[in-house]
Amino acid sequence: MHQHHGAMGGCDMIHFPTSEQDVAQYLGAAKGSVTIQGGGSRTLHQPAGDTLSMEKLTGIVDYEPGALTMVARAGTPLADIEQTLAQENQRLAFEPVVMNDVLGKTGASTIGGVFASNASGSRRIQAGAARDFLLGVRCVDGAGTIIKNGGRVMKNVTGYDLVKLLAGSWGQLAALTEVSFKVLPISETEATLSVAVTDPVAAVALMTRVMSTPYDVTGVSYDPAQGVALVRIEGFEKSVSYRSAELRQVLAPFGDVDILSDLASRAMWQALRRLGPLVGQSGTLWRVSVKPTDGPAVVEALHGAPYVMDWSGGLIWAVLPSDFDLRASLSQIAGHATCFGQGHSLLHPHSAGVAAIMQGIREKFDPHHLFPTHSKAA
Amino acid sequence: MEMPVPSQHRLDRKSELVLRLRAILPADCVIDDPMETRAYECDALSAYRCPPMAVVLPYTTEQVAQTLKICHDLNIPVVPRGSGTSLAGGAMPTSDSIILGVSRMNDVLDTDYDNRVIRVQTGRTNLSVTGAVEADGFFYAPDPSSQLACAIAGNIAMNSGGAHCLKYGVTSNNLLGVRIVTMQGDILDIGGAHLDAPDLDLLGVICGSEGQLGIVTEATLRIIHKPEGALPVLLGFDSNEVAGACVSDIIRAGVLPVAIEFMDRPCIRATEDFAKAGYPDCEALLIIEVEGSPIEIEEQLEKILAIAATHNPVEMRRANDLQEAARIWLGRKSAFGAMGQINDYMCLDGTIPVSKLPYVLKRIGEMSREFGLGVGNVFHAGDGNMHPLILYNANEPGELEKCEAFGAEILKLCVEVGGCLTGEHGVGIEKRDLMDHQFTRDDLIAQMNIKDVFDPAWLLNPAKVFPLDASASRRDGGM
Repeated sequence: MHQHHGAMGGCDMIHFPTSEQDVAQYLGAAKGSVTIQGGGSRTLHQPAGDTLSMEKLTGIVDYEPGALTMVARAGTPLADIEQTLAQENQRLAFEPVVMNDVLGKTGASTIGGVFASNASGSRRIQAGAARDFLLGVRCVDGAGTIIKNGGRVMKNVTGYDLVKLLAGSWGQLAALTEVSFKVLPISETEATLSVAVTDPVAAVALMTRVMSTPYDVTGVSYDPAQGVALVRIEGFEKSVSYRSAELRQVLAPFGDVDILSDLASRAMWQALRRLGPLVGQSGTLWRVSVKPTDGPAVVEALHGAPYVMDWSGGLIWAVLPSDFDLRASLSQIAGHATCFGQGHSLLHPHSAGVAAIMQGIREKFDPHHLFPTHSKAA
Repeated sequence: MEMPVPSQHRLDRKSELVLRLRAILPADCVIDDPMETRAYECDALSAYRCPPMAVVLPYTTEQVAQTLKICHDLNIPVVPRGSGTSLAGGAMPTSDSIILGVSRMNDVLDTDYDNRVIRVQTGRTNLSVTGAVEADGFFYAPDPSSQLACAIAGNIAMNSGGAHCLKYGVTSNNLLGVRIVTMQGDILDIGGAHLDAPDLDLLGVICGSEGQLGIVTEATLRIIHKPEGALPVLLGFDSNEVAGACVSDIIRAGVLPVAIEFMDRPCIRATEDFAKAGYPDCEALLIIEVEGSPIEIEEQLEKILAIAATHNPVEMRRANDLQEAARIWLGRKSAFGAMGQINDYMCLDGTIPVSKLPYVLKRIGEMSREFGLGVGNVFHAGDGNMHPLILYNANEPGELEKCEAFGAEILKLCVEVGGCLTGEHGVGIEKRDLMDHQFTRDDLIAQMNIKDVFDPAWLLNPAKVFPLDASASRRDGGM
């Protein structure tokens, strides 16, 4: 199935494969530039050339609740996946961030897009990232070759782990056609301790402190607009109530502590998952990953722009004026930054050796240079 | 086990190689006396042995880089080695290669509790990483059975797991950064204390690449705070099916134990004779461990026991204190030793979807009768990672071959039901020639392409992981 789009007046095509064979045939014959797209809800930059939309390659192929594993075609909407899981009281534990509201996009996020962008949310700090839950892939490379790697079991060291290389590769290497991933039970209940904090330095001190306790914190964020740090715990009833009490003691020296119980807590983190605090702000969305104790230095470089901190202070989402390149101010800090809309994904240029290896890998997967390259160095 | 024919051209270069290595390395770093190189002729897959031309044991990353440059110049294959505990032959040399061991590089470089990371040299043993932080309440989670001896370098090469990875993940999920030396001698830093990769996730593909992409000399590892406590419960059942169904029900109920271990009757009997842990005489036994404060442990154990009770267990025994916990774990921890008392054994580690457990165990039982070799099963049931132990007599001509043929059939069965050849031990030489059962040639080429990029001459650990005929043209390219 084809469709024209041509905002720039060109005759670029959108192709909608309905099978893996379709994808293989299309890429095997493709020329020029091809941008692979899921629902288009978290695009890094404007598609160049033809678009390979995975939206019609849908369906859950296998789901074993007792084994905590699911297999789905790449274009399956995230919402469908989460609904099916919820019926068995399970979920994607890495809590993929949903970017429609903050980016003003209407497309439906797909499971392939979630993994191709390694889109992890607040629980990443305790449960792991999307890449940690991805067990196997089927994909088609830029030469039209069908490749599978990994599988549908949780432990697998058979051959090289191309699964992790493809997770977060943003369509630079291959079109994912099918993904297999680990899921986890939805916790019986949860609670959030909310502490009044007025600056990022105090917030990071608090957040790193709670991550150094045995209380299995599953989310720790700071919203400067509200002036609160949030600490989430999840599990069975008695366990959550025990840890709430213990954490209240730990947090008391940092400020006034409120406890949000189950439903209020869930609503709060649901809003953060959609980057609620930044919705409606005008400018360009940036995402910066550093070690938590470098978080305050990143905030300082924002010059008062709206932001929210997650991952104990190590993840900063900010909305900046479109002509402001954050990377120049962060040259002394180890980590990486992604700018949505402009596609910068580096704080620092890769070393020559690393750049050569990445280029070599791109050449292998995409010998005809169909796919975009995102690693624009500072 | 077929290995490539050693290259005479390379063997002829031994004296030149040793001379050049000695010129740049401290005297005690280069071993070429055949009496001493014999200590490096095999790893824990001891059925296969071959001494290397020489062994190099550097003290620094720079020395690793210089060694690799020289070997690259002289076209000499390099087999990296951590502590030599691989069960898959990952560190077995060929006679025309050198062993490059990182055992002397075992310092802690940096400990950072605020950011929950530790940076170590990779010769450090797994358990001594935890040893460096446990006084402050932290630990490093991956816990392979060999953790007392195995090195972080080998853990990264094989992406090692362990009994507790059901909750905490395997090495790859706990590795944040590496310093890696390529075969050309370039030193690269990848990742660090921050999360996730900018651009392509090279760290993800380096972990588990069996020492074929580079030599990792430093690692940044995630450390986490220890739970307040942990206690196990022991459950006995009169069929494997029922035990499997019980595991599935526990997981579906939302309980997430840190470990779910499974033993079948042959294994239970062997360990009872050996360790006398007081296990019930039954078909299948589960040991399930949960973590937390006393209240939390109580809450989880109650749920587990309530679920187990619906499956007519022949025994339910919960540990109330550490002493009782140790008794429950005693048999499981001596299972390998107990099987070793009966005969020589080969340990497999194929992984299967948990739902296929009863079928696979039944088939293994049938095959055991067909091959005339005993087999006991002990494994991590929560994630389907099996460890069939096949008993054979190494002194009886032909038994090893028969045992390997049986093992190959079990692994093919694992793949057939939707699983894989190896869950945590790695491919090495042991499962190399079975790779075609799990992968198409295109799948294997996509993997070998990565090695082409890191190591175009295929000098790092070349005769491993891929079927020899699949990698032949690439390996010969460097001759």
